Amino acid sequence: MIMTVVSVPLPVDEQLEIRKSRFCPDNGGNGRRISIVTGIHGDELEGQLVCFQVAKRINEHPDRLLGTVDLYPAMNPLGIDSITRGIPGFDLDMNRTFPGGSDGSFTEYLAARVVEDLVGSDLCMDIHASNIYLTEVPQIRINELHREKLVPLAMEANVDFVWVHGANTVLESTLAHSMNSLGVPTLVVEMGVGMRLTQAYADQLTEGIFHLMGRLHIWKDEEIAVKTPIVSSDSSDVIYLNAPVSGIFMKRKNHGEQLKKGDEVGVILNPYTGRILKRLTAPEDGWLFTIREYPVVDEGSLAARILKNKGERQ
Amino acid sequence: MKKELLYTIPSLYRDDFRIQGYRFGHGKKALCVVGSMRGNEYQQIYTCSQLVARLKKLEGEGLLKEDREVLVIPSLNPSSMNIEKRFWPTDNSDINRMFPGYSLGETTQRIAAGVFEQIKDYENGIQFASFYMPGQFSPHVRMMKSGYENVEKARKFGLPYVVLRIPKPYDTATLNYNWQIWETNAFSLYGSATDVIDEKSARQLIEGILRFMASEGILKEDIENSELSEPRVFTDRELLAVRSKTSGIFINLAEVNQRVEKGQQLACILDAGEGEVTERLYAPADGVVFFAHSKPLVYANTAVFKLLA
Repeated sequence: MIMTVVSVPLPVDEQLEIRKSRFCPDNGGNGRRISIVTGIHGDELEGQLVCFQVAKRINEHPDRLLGTVDLYPAMNPLGIDSITRGIPGFDLDMNRTFPGGSDGSFTEYLAARVVEDLVGSDLCMDIHASNIYLTEVPQIRINELHREKLVPLAMEANVDFVWVHGANTVLESTLAHSMNSLGVPTLVVEMGVGMRLTQAYADQLTEGIFHLMGRLHIWKDEEIAVKTPIVSSDSSDVIYLNAPVSGIFMKRKNHGEQLKKGDEVGVILNPYTGRILKRLTAPEDGWLFTIREYPVVDEGSLAARILKNKGERQ
Repeated sequence: MKKELLYTIPSLYRDDFRIQGYRFGHGKKALCVVGSMRGNEYQQIYTCSQLVARLKKLEGEGLLKEDREVLVIPSLNPSSMNIEKRFWPTDNSDINRMFPGYSLGETTQRIAAGVFEQIKDYENGIQFASFYMPGQFSPHVRMMKSGYENVEKARKFGLPYVVLRIPKPYDTATLNYNWQIWETNAFSLYGSATDVIDEKSARQLIEGILRFMASEGILKEDIENSELSEPRVFTDRELLAVRSKTSGIFINLAEVNQRVEKGQQLACILDAGEGEVTERLYAPADGVVFFAHSKPLVYANTAVFKLLA
């Protein structure tokens, strides 16, 4: 059943609607609920395939559904439709508008209605795809303020990496921070790259979602095996490689690869001269979990993130 | 006056990114003024450039104290302004959400860090700011209510209003907020416009800055203050918002600074297909129009006016 979460008129004969698709057993189910949210950034599309696959599997096995599954594939419908990251017309990052306010601006009103609708979920998953510049291995990012509640859930989500990061006041206006503060456990997934779909990652996360749904008694199925992710909560574990000069970046390694100290991760080229301006190398052994996909770099543009090796990682 | 290159990033295909500063006097770091940080802040760069011209003239007349240093930076972001884009050309990030910056971070973090390093030690800091909503303001001084704000100094601009803003989470990465944390007296000056040039408003802000400089002993002579009344100080939460309930074509009937009476019609919203009035907006109380929406279209739930009762 497709339901309207919030509907606002636009100036010229159009209604902006954020909708969700609700799946629940005919008898109403056991009252447990998972909400899968994606498309807050209009250029991050990996969650589209995940929503599709979750809906498809429920349709194929409706008898296995015990609770409620709410899918919100397009939190920022105008952005998705116009290939715009933020909310078009406002040049505003929707993920900096939460928790919003019913008496706030147009965008804050949307945010407030969405938050209100998500309250009551036993778990919320907010699926992102980095941005158009970077490719990420499937990972969950957790604000250290909420680590105790969220890390055990993230361990069951079939991702490769769980990154617990420091509290940052700016991030207080994200959907995840708002929902976690309201007591709705919310996991932020980052995977793949903007403007593209990655079938393997969609498959991986879909399995993780059904596994979590099993744990939450929303879905009954045979036990689904999930990966044990690497967990990092020490900010000094992560090495950032930023472009030291402006130019054209060409990656030499793929995300997910193990690196040895000195391995060439990428190069910055000068097409005028045919010369390599800079070689970016791994400063120590580690795991490449982010790599730049978009070739044009300014000085400072992020090119890669490496998790330092710490003994027993596989 | 010395024109100085404060920060630069070489580019592969465009000209280098350059932040230029204009330095007057030397000695005690008395005042830093920052103009536009976003590509559409035309009024801000205009006002700042006019301030440079005015200070040059005053310097030529020997009216600036030699032992006080004033640094004026008309633009922190020429790269965006030159292509008429509000935020950073490649990644759309906002320099005014990157302070105090990070010199090893992403491009706009580096710009913020590079500039902040050079402007954080001034006793007073002024930024010509713009609001995230399109509209016109009554000219005012705005400060974050961080606990470090200096209201008494803000009065010295002699502008009609001093507004104290209760910081929201995203405000903590703005220049104004970080200046305050680094113990600079930080003031954001709002004129009436952003993406058009308003000569009168620019003059009003420049006069305000010169009055402030005189009160700080940076100018040798006082500025004529005879027509000034005591500024009204209030927090942004005291403003009464008038919100649209519908979307459509916005017809504004009230101007910024206009005194209005309770029940007076301020605007109407028209159906974009049939031209009929779908909503009339009225003043909820007697007051002055402090902010007015300035776009031809309006979305529902927009604060189109803010009144000071």
